[in-house]
Amino acid sequence: MSNALLHYPNITALSQALASRKLSATEIAQDCLDQIKQQASLNAFVHVDADLTLAQAREADATLAAGRGNILTGLPIAHKDLFVTKGWRTTAASNMLRNYTSPFDATVVHQLLEAGCVSLGKLNCDEFAMGSGNKHSAFGPTHNPWDRSAVPGGSSGASAAAVAAKLVIAATGTDTGGSVRQPAALCGVSGIKPTYGAVSRYGMIAYGSSLDQAGPLANSALDLVDMLDVMSGFDQKDATSAEHCKGLPNAQGRIRAEFDSAAADFNGNPAQPLKGLRIGVPKEFFGEGLSTDVAQAVEAALVQFQKLGAQRVDISLPRTQLSIPAYYVIAPAEASSNLSRYDGVRYGHRSESYTDLADMTGRSRAEGFGPEVQRRILIGTYVLSHGYYDAYYLQAQRLRRMIADDFQAAFTQHCDVIMGPVTPTVAQPIQQDQNDPTADWLADIYTLGLNLAGLPGMSIPCGFGTGVSGKPLPIGLQIIGNYFDEGRLLAVAQQYQQVTDWHQRVAGQA
Amino acid sequence: MAWEIVIGLETHTQLSTQTKIFSGSSTRYGALPNTQANEVDLALPGSLPVMNKAAVELAIRFGLAVDAFIAPRSIFARKNYFYPDSPKNYQISQFEIPVVQGGTLSFFVGDQEKTVNLTRAHLEEDAGKSMHDDFVGPHGEASSGIDLNRAGTPLLEIVSEPEMRSAAEAVAYAKSLHSLVMWLGICDGNMQEGSFRIDANVSIRPVGQVEFGTRCEIKNVNSFKFLERAIQYEVRRQIELIEDGGRVVQETRLYDSERDETRSMRSKEDSHDYRYFPDPDLPPLVIESSWIESVRATMPELPAALRTRFISEFGLAPVDAAQLSSSRDLAGYFESVNAALPPDQAKLAANWIMGEVSATLNREEKDISQCPVSAASLAALLTRIIDGTVSNKIARDVFAAMWAGEHQGQPDSIIQAKGLTQISDTGAITAMIDAVLAENAAIVAEYRSGKQKAFNSLVGQIMKAAKGKANPQQVNDLLKAKLDS
Repeated sequence: MSNALLHYPNITALSQALASRKLSATEIAQDCLDQIKQQASLNAFVHVDADLTLAQAREADATLAAGRGNILTGLPIAHKDLFVTKGWRTTAASNMLRNYTSPFDATVVHQLLEAGCVSLGKLNCDEFAMGSGNKHSAFGPTHNPWDRSAVPGGSSGASAAAVAAKLVIAATGTDTGGSVRQPAALCGVSGIKPTYGAVSRYGMIAYGSSLDQAGPLANSALDLVDMLDVMSGFDQKDATSAEHCKGLPNAQGRIRAEFDSAAADFNGNPAQPLKGLRIGVPKEFFGEGLSTDVAQAVEAALVQFQKLGAQRVDISLPRTQLSIPAYYVIAPAEASSNLSRYDGVRYGHRSESYTDLADMTGRSRAEGFGPEVQRRILIGTYVLSHGYYDAYYLQAQRLRRMIADDFQAAFTQHCDVIMGPVTPTVAQPIQQDQNDPTADWLADIYTLGLNLAGLPGMSIPCGFGTGVSGKPLPIGLQIIGNYFDEGRLLAVAQQYQQVTDWHQRVAGQA
Repeated sequence: MAWEIVIGLETHTQLSTQTKIFSGSSTRYGALPNTQANEVDLALPGSLPVMNKAAVELAIRFGLAVDAFIAPRSIFARKNYFYPDSPKNYQISQFEIPVVQGGTLSFFVGDQEKTVNLTRAHLEEDAGKSMHDDFVGPHGEASSGIDLNRAGTPLLEIVSEPEMRSAAEAVAYAKSLHSLVMWLGICDGNMQEGSFRIDANVSIRPVGQVEFGTRCEIKNVNSFKFLERAIQYEVRRQIELIEDGGRVVQETRLYDSERDETRSMRSKEDSHDYRYFPDPDLPPLVIESSWIESVRATMPELPAALRTRFISEFGLAPVDAAQLSSSRDLAGYFESVNAALPPDQAKLAANWIMGEVSATLNREEKDISQCPVSAASLAALLTRIIDGTVSNKIARDVFAAMWAGEHQGQPDSIIQAKGLTQISDTGAITAMIDAVLAENAAIVAEYRSGKQKAFNSLVGQIMKAAKGKANPQQVNDLLKAKLDS
């Protein structure tokens, strides 16, 4: 058997194959381990341990044999190396943590393990999740499966690449400013960033704590339902995780129940399932900088949604442009403090030679952190400094509230969901002029706003454009919902995926 | 020039919770290094703080006791600075909006009552400890070690306004605060173990000047005695500096108790920029009024209220009332003794507890909770003074025997066994007076010539003849009658 995931391309199919014993979890795990080796040049995985993976697979097989399996039992997944794991090393793709192993599992890791998922290991990413091309990794860049010369996006670049390359059926990612949605878009997979507080941050290495949220990447909205339902839930170890969502307990089963209810609603009208759904299209998402191929693909998707009965409403999110400076003040400010703990004292990289304590800390950090991380720590330290705090940090927080208010105004007055592009262009080449290290930041314009507002959003494939190398590269459609609307959002996406096949295209076979 | 001293105190009070302020680790003192530090205390990647409600409750308790405003919504901030005993390299503390705001503390300085306004009291986490001495590294080399057992222990930092005007006032404030936090059960008050740590902000200004002088913060003061000495030293230093034409530089100074001096630790110029900002890991601390009320319901009678009651109910002098209400145990002891005596005898009980009992406890370095003479036994002894069985003086001997545990500490058994019963028989006393007068004709003559002192000398002789057991009042009355007749 070669590459089971080509034969069983989604969770439902693979889960049925496992339940009917056509395939064992161990066979799938071994097959995925082989695929990871064969596609090692993608540089998607940074830590693989076949023994650990196969032990989990045998456990899953035992569970299945005992008839206690559920939809995720035995499914091959992998975690972004930002989630701490007891078994595999956890490095955040940084030399600072190159040899670090956590004594505990992240809550997300634990919940997926409890659900029976088999982990194939740890996925490359931008160092400490800072970056949007998976270029800033101590382990080297991950490549886009559609075009090896292009980035897979970032920071959860390898999470998207691994799903697109059929190395795993789904992967975890984290999204601070677009780090799930953007690589999902650039690799042609589906990914969702849930509402801030829906998923526990415990064990997820912090970048910008008030923005960070974990989310899954997979082959379809339907698969995301299965993943996110298990990943989400209140965690008493995370004071920012929500106990309740719209009056209901934040627990496993919430996402699925809301998805099922919305799906039943839509399916009740097979001709026009999305009739009554108002889609807000912010004019600021279609301005200067948006490439023609992305604009056309998104427009085509919007037409498709109208065919499904939805109504298109033009809206304005007037402070979209300002989300860039607001984000690049707040996220680095929090990062500068979050990353202070990496000082070489208790764990992590410690410089070989130093004169005194301050020198040891300084050298260890200078050697351990890559340039992008250092850049953001410096910015964050600056904007929090005495005399600058009011002008930068406080001002950014004010903007943040206004941006959130703009979204609320749209949802209360005009629309049920908001749609637009995820990225201005398709995936850019890995080798790029790096004279302006902040040029990449401008490309985050469509994704930052909802992190600042704490809203849920997702990306689903909606077409192809042409990369610099001339190869076809995927384009993503962004769907943004109101707080804790994940289930409904996924149901809307699923309606689209029932009538399109962009999400079924396979890299190398498109 | 006449100088006015200005002192404000900042007190770090370790709160008596079972577990740390943001983690489930134990706060017990004295365990092996780093055995009480989990992933949160070690600041391992991915760990997150979660507020310990017990610490908040103790802060509310303090706020109610000093009649402060309890903020319905207060904010935790990060205070960023690199130091190895601070594992996150930031301290979670309250900065702009603390949980307890304002309030007052009243206490006695000698027999003068003084009220000091509090600025605030905020919750924060303690740091770990660096161990620079005698620590051997993994390869046998001299090393510094870090013990993170203390890291994350909840602290309530209580800040006073700069309203104290002498070292004595500062010490009285500190002692009063110390007894209050122990009274409330929010802190064990152990200064040697660092449960109650005082920093003093000291400045001077010419008498009559409104503006404050430049202040120095004095750290490392771990007893009331050292607090007094450190302030006295610092005041002298500042006066001499200014009078010699210099000026005080704002700085942090460490008190060295061995050399009895303060030394510069860091000046304002090289002080940290802490880059405070709200901690995104912790939502605002919301305290509903129902929470405050439920804490209020468990509040003990406070020292100030008790003091007022001791004055109005028992007619005690304010200073005595203040001393008896300085700790819950002492006040309880007094109330127990008092309850067993007739209603008009509170003063006798107060005098005994503040006199003989306290003196003996001090001599043996014990506190009232360790007193071998129970309140009931003391009351039994005082009853024998009231009914005339023993004099106040003899009662002290009985007390000493009770303390020593003789006759199971029973005063009546001791009085009986030692034959200490007071002689109140008029005939017996008259006989003794007659004998003494007969032998001291010269003194009698002195008295009659107007020397009042001679009377006391005769009383002394009579008491000596009675081995101290004669009822002193009767001796007085009978002698006077005889001499003046």
